[in-house]
Amino acid sequence: MNENLLRPVAIAGAGLGIASIFLPWAYGPRILDDMTYYFGPSFLQVCYALLAVVALACLVAHFFLDRMSWFARVIAWNDAAKAASLGAVGYAIAVIIAIAVGGGGLINVEPGGWLALGGGALAAVSWFLPASKAPIFERLRCPKWVQILAIAAVMAVLLFAAAFALNQSEADGFLVFAVFLGAAIFTFHATGFFGWLSLAAANNRKVLVISAFTVAFAFPFTQNGSDANMSVAAQVLTFAATAIGLNIVVGLVGLLDLGYIAFLGAGAFTAAVMSKSVFATLSVDLPFPVVALISGTVAALFGLLIGTPTLRVSGDYLAIVTLAFGEIFRITMINLDGTDGPNITHGSNGVPSIPNLDFFGFDFGQSHEIFGIQIGRFSNYYWLLLLVIGLIILVFANLNHSRIGRGWVAIREDEMAAESMGVNTFGLKLLAFAGGAFLAGVAGSVKAYTDTSVSPDQYVFLESAFLLAAVVLGGMGTIMGVLIGATLLKLLPEKLRYFEDYRLLLFGALMVVMMRFRPEGIIADERRQLEFHDTDEELAEEVEEDLTTHHAHLNADKELP
Amino acid sequence: MLEIRGLEVAYGRVKAVKGIDLSVGKGQIVTLLGINGAGKSTTLRCISGLIPPVAGTIEFEGESIAGLPAHKIVRLGIAQSPEGRRLFKDMSVEDNLMLGAFSRKDTAEIRRDLDRVYGMFDVLAKRRAEPAGLFSGGEQQMLAIGRAMMSNPKLLMLDEPSMGLSPIMTQLIMKTIKDLQSEGVTILLVEQNAQAALSLADRGYVLEVGQIALSDTGKALLGDDRVRKAYLGAE
Repeated sequence: MNENLLRPVAIAGAGLGIASIFLPWAYGPRILDDMTYYFGPSFLQVCYALLAVVALACLVAHFFLDRMSWFARVIAWNDAAKAASLGAVGYAIAVIIAIAVGGGGLINVEPGGWLALGGGALAAVSWFLPASKAPIFERLRCPKWVQILAIAAVMAVLLFAAAFALNQSEADGFLVFAVFLGAAIFTFHATGFFGWLSLAAANNRKVLVISAFTVAFAFPFTQNGSDANMSVAAQVLTFAATAIGLNIVVGLVGLLDLGYIAFLGAGAFTAAVMSKSVFATLSVDLPFPVVALISGTVAALFGLLIGTPTLRVSGDYLAIVTLAFGEIFRITMINLDGTDGPNITHGSNGVPSIPNLDFFGFDFGQSHEIFGIQIGRFSNYYWLLLLVIGLIILVFANLNHSRIGRGWVAIREDEMAAESMGVNTFGLKLLAFAGGAFLAGVAGSVKAYTDTSVSPDQYVFLESAFLLAAVVLGGMGTIMGVLIGATLLKLLPEKLRYFEDYRLLLFGALMVVMMRFRPEGIIADERRQLEFHDTDEELAEEVEEDLTTHHAHLNADKELP
Repeated sequence: MLEIRGLEVAYGRVKAVKGIDLSVGKGQIVTLLGINGAGKSTTLRCISGLIPPVAGTIEFEGESIAGLPAHKIVRLGIAQSPEGRRLFKDMSVEDNLMLGAFSRKDTAEIRRDLDRVYGMFDVLAKRRAEPAGLFSGGEQQMLAIGRAMMSNPKLLMLDEPSMGLSPIMTQLIMKTIKDLQSEGVTILLVEQNAQAALSLADRGYVLEVGQIALSDTGKALLGDDRVRKAYLGAE
């Protein structure tokens, strides 16, 4: 089709879309976030407008490209316009569905909503525009402060988005916002911004880590004392910490562990029976760090116990044995109830009413006020978990880039070759297995205190499966990926209770889609990406090119004073 | 340096090596010839500890190493470049080389040996950050040899380094092997390319179905009728 015709149509569509937010979209104020006002767009309507504005701007930019030749080459204008307008259509559809479901029929969609959909659809004819020339955004060299600023800005946006998403108490608002985030990410991806960002992040790893932790640390301040959200956040962190431990075993060494949750349980039970709960059977008065270390050690001993006989044989046996171990652990905890065995765990009742931690007079159960903001009980534990996760990440990152980490990856890639290089494969596998168990045990000890009770039914196979899924979905062998995967897998079920019955169905569908289109996970490990696309020559060249640019950048940065 | 007496190796009930004697003197290049299935690779894998022997002795510098685990044997100074190269294809050149040095902890010397390998193979130095799988066959063979050299071995065992390489590349690899010898490395070379291997070798052994059929100096074997007929295609 003729570009001279397409572009004006698309521009008009985007314009209509922007105009639509000044009209009501829904009938009835209780649907989503009240989209009933003329000239008073709600937040979710503004989200739509953002996509439409980006689409409009990218489409219009075409006419000025001659006058800004440098800028023209940097951003993939057409691609960004396509992505933004498609995103707007998808978002409008999501909103309309939410309105129809929430209000009881499409009759509840006001003209504004239809205008939004129509405008988006018109803008989406930009799909037939020619593709942009390869964006060179990612090759763009910027001063260091620009890179650092960009990383900080992205982190701040993440914080805001996470806080907003968590505050959506209704499934529909959460889902619609999630669709918006997806559309926004899709658009940014199309501009080439993420490529640039990941290079910037690779060049400023410290800044990335510090800003990520600052944002995570600041998160409780956005919640103003709401313990409900902080409880979810604490659960996410526990899950993420455990998943990173599993990532050593699965992601680096390539050992399939199907009963990893048992190590978390071993740590949690150890901490629980040693706590000052009236139900604790081995109550001792020890400072928490010591208890955490003991919990980790107990879990690591379990790891050694299972690992020693099974790690000598091939991988399939390990999967079967760990699967069985997970169940044996749970059943043993049920049987240590005083009738079938010695009373250690109170059987299926477990150990309830574990008292709060007390660090040098700082009571974790108390609310505190910092800068006039209420910091509740779960926020305290959230920060403790953040500390634990920080330590686990530190261990992981150091191991990954050390001699031992190299040995692990070598075992995963070719065990025989690793052996002939002098890698003590059995020893290293056992180290990974026990080390991963130790980390899970430590996380478990915090979990016991956060949840105030520990019972065997929390440690079922499904949890192990979800942990493994978090690692695979996020990206094996990466920290960022696993953090994202763990957050998604813990947060989504929490927020989408409405779909609880279909949880496993949706989850299965998601996994199938991921394995088809992005087997390396959301965040790809450089090495893994090749593994999954071995025959893909194009990708090989792309990676080669990436590496060259990457190193050019690294070197360029080194040359700076 | 390496003394093997009556070595027998089996996979389950099937004996692949049926009692061979072999000796490698310090500073020599010794080659082990034979067709597929003769037991050459099995012998190498047994020396490097990947499979335990059923019977016989293996002595390295006067110490028995038969049945030791592979990682301990590497530490004693025996490195192997396995058949088919077995590089870590998704890891960078440098990571591959560093893995070769896995048994060592002397960081400064590792650095020095890394530079030595880069000095030997220019192409590796230039593309050190690239994944090994992106290299050509010959370049991968260089990397495989370099990786084995990174453990700073006294005895280097190469399993069919010329496999799948062009004649020119084979020549280059053979020259590299000769250079390594002149640097004082002892080499045990398993080959199917008898011509190339025997012209380098101080001594050659011909393996046939798990037994030594012939052994002599490299030159003598090159001139031997039976070898010429079976391996060099002479009528």
